[in-house]
Amino acid sequence: MPFLTAGDPDLAMTARLVEELSKAGADLIEIGFPYSDPIADGPVIQASYTRALGNKLQIPAIFSTLKPVAQKIKTPLVAMVSYAIIFRIGTLEFVRQAADAGFAGLIVPDLPGDEADEFQQLVTRNNMDLIQLIAPTTPPARSSRILKNASGFVYCIAVSGTTGARAELAPQLADMLKTLRTQTKLPLAVGFGLSRPDQVEQLRGLADGAIVGSAIVKHLDELSGDSGNADVVIAKLVQYAGSIAAAAHSSR
Amino acid sequence: MSNTAVKMGASSNVPDALGRFGEFGRRFVPETLMHALEELTIEYASAKADPAFNQRLNELMQTFVGRPNPLYFAERLTDLCGGAQIYFKREDLNHTGAHKINNTMGQALLTLRMGKKRVIAETGAGQHGVATATACARFGLPCVVYMGEEDIRRQKLNVFIMRTMGAEVRPVTSGSRTLRDAINEAMRDWMSSVEDTHYILGSVVGPHPFPMIVRDFQSVIGRESRQQCLDKVGRLPDEVIACVGGGSNSAGMFYPFVDDAGVQLTGVEAGGRGDKPGEHASTLTYGTKGVLHGSYSYVLQDPDGQTMDVHSISAGLDYPGVGPEHSYWRDTGRVNYVSVRDHQALETVSLVARTEGILPALESSHAIAYAMDCARKRKPDDIIVVCLSGRGDKDVNEVARLTGQDL
Repeated sequence: MPFLTAGDPDLAMTARLVEELSKAGADLIEIGFPYSDPIADGPVIQASYTRALGNKLQIPAIFSTLKPVAQKIKTPLVAMVSYAIIFRIGTLEFVRQAADAGFAGLIVPDLPGDEADEFQQLVTRNNMDLIQLIAPTTPPARSSRILKNASGFVYCIAVSGTTGARAELAPQLADMLKTLRTQTKLPLAVGFGLSRPDQVEQLRGLADGAIVGSAIVKHLDELSGDSGNADVVIAKLVQYAGSIAAAAHSSR
Repeated sequence: MSNTAVKMGASSNVPDALGRFGEFGRRFVPETLMHALEELTIEYASAKADPAFNQRLNELMQTFVGRPNPLYFAERLTDLCGGAQIYFKREDLNHTGAHKINNTMGQALLTLRMGKKRVIAETGAGQHGVATATACARFGLPCVVYMGEEDIRRQKLNVFIMRTMGAEVRPVTSGSRTLRDAINEAMRDWMSSVEDTHYILGSVVGPHPFPMIVRDFQSVIGRESRQQCLDKVGRLPDEVIACVGGGSNSAGMFYPFVDDAGVQLTGVEAGGRGDKPGEHASTLTYGTKGVLHGSYSYVLQDPDGQTMDVHSISAGLDYPGVGPEHSYWRDTGRVNYVSVRDHQALETVSLVARTEGILPALESSHAIAYAMDCARKRKPDDIIVVCLSGRGDKDVNEVARLTGQDL
C-alpha cells in the first residue's frame, strides 16, 4: 500500500503514478495532502509537503486532478489529511468534495477517536470510511473504545514517533496486533517506519497490509532529481513499490 | 454560537473535562500522544489538590524565583502621559528575567512527580528555553530545547545561557525557523520519547491540558497583582494590560480578574510592520477559527488551512496561533484585543529605560506602548496595571541593530 504526496513533484505526476501503481496491483493508495505544520510527520514527508506547497499547491486542485483517475481505477484511494485543512475548508464541504473525487476513505492523523464522533458520522453518510489509528502507546481499553465504531481498516502505527524509515519497529508491535485482532474484525494495516521488504515480511500472519510512505516519497524525489523524463521516473518508482508489495503478498 | 456566548459572558470555570474553553481548545493530536495527555491530566489534578506539592512550589517561588515581585508605580511615565496612573507588575525581576519561570518550575515538579526522566521544550525569544533549562538544572533533569534558526540569530544571549545551564539547544531549520516550527519539532520529539519524557510547553497553547496547566501556573501574576493593588490603592484597577503572543503572561495576568466585571482587560498583539498577511502576528485581530498545534483556536491561516507566515520585531510574539482561552475571551467580549506596531514597541524600550530606569523586553514594550496611549485618554484617578513580562537584556543586540547603533 504505497503513499504519495499530492503535488510532489507536481499534480500531473501524482495522477500518473496513481494510475500506474494501480495497474501494478497496489491494494490501496494513500494520498498525502500537503500541510504546513505536520506534527505526525518526519523530515522526508515534511520536505515533500514543503516542496508541494512551495509550488502553490491548493487543495481543490488535488480533487479535480485525481477525480478522472479515480474513475478509471479499482484501487481504493485514501486521503491522509490534517484536520486543520478539513476544518478550514468546512467539514461538510471537504467530505463532499473528497467523496465526489472518488476517495474511499480519510485518515486524519490529528483527529483522535475522542474528537471524531460527529465527523465520522459525516464521513460515513458520504459513503467513505474514517480510518482510525492505533499507536504502540494506546492502552488496550482505549483501542477497544476507539474501534467500536471503526470502519474500513485499522491503521496500526508501527513505531512510537513520526513517519519515516526506522531500523527497528516497536518491540510491542506483534503483541499490539494480536490484541487488536481480538478487538476487531477489520483488516489491520501497519504503517510508520516501514521501508524494507524484510520489515514487511516480519508482519507475516499478523497484519493484512503494510503502508510504505517516506521510503517511496524519498525514492521518488531522488528519481525526479536524476531524470527529467517522467516515463523513466514512473517506471522505476513502480518497480520499487512492486518489490515491497511482493514481500507483502508473499506474507499473506 | 458566539451570540449566546456573549450573552453568557466569560466564566472562570473553564476548561471542562474535554479541555473546552467555550467551543475552543480540545485535543487535535496524533493518537501516539493521547495516552500521555490523559495521564498528564490526571497527574496534574492530583498535584493541584496535594498540599505538599503546592507548598513545595510556593517555597521555590519565594526562595528561587524571588516572588512576590513588586507592583510598581511608574511615576515619571504617568507624569509624561498626563492621564491615568500606570503600574508595572515586575515579572522582569523574577529569576531568569521573565514570567516564564513561573510555569517551568511548576511543570518541572510535575515531571518529577510523574517519574519522567527527560524534559524537552520549545522556545521563541529564548525566555522559556532559559526558564526550562534553569528549572532542569535545579532538579538535575536532562533538557533539550528546540529553537528556530532565525530566533537563535536574534537571541544569542539566551542561547548561551541555556547551554551554560547544561541544556542542549537544537536549531530548527524547517519552515519559518521561528517559534511555530520549534513547537512542531518539540511535538515530533515527544511522539518518539513520550514514555520517558515530559514536554514543558511554554505557552497557553497546544492540546488539553497544557493551556490550563500553563494558565494556572502563570496565574500567580494576576493573583499577586490583584492583592497588591487592593493593598496599595484600596481598590481594583480600572484596566489591566498585557502582551499576547501565544498568551501565557496575559492569561496568567487576566485569569484572576475574569470575574471582576469592573476591570477592563486588554491584550496587546504584535502589529508588526502593517496589516497585510505576513506583516504582523495579530492572530485575534485578523485570524480565523482553526486548528494549530493540537488545539482549536484562532489561527492566521490561508483559505486551505495552511498556516501563514507572520512577522514581529519580538521573537516571543512571532506566532500565528494563540491560546484557546484567549479565543474564548475574545468571542465572549471579556477581553479586548488590540495591536501595536514594531516601531512603537521599539521606541517604547528606550522611552521606558530613560523615564523609569527599567529596560523592558520588546514583548512587554508592546503592552506598555498601548498602556501609555490608554493612560492619555483616561482620568488621573484611573489605575492601569500593565504586565512587564520580561527584561530587555536579551534584546540589546537586536535593538542596537535596528536602531543603527554599535553594541
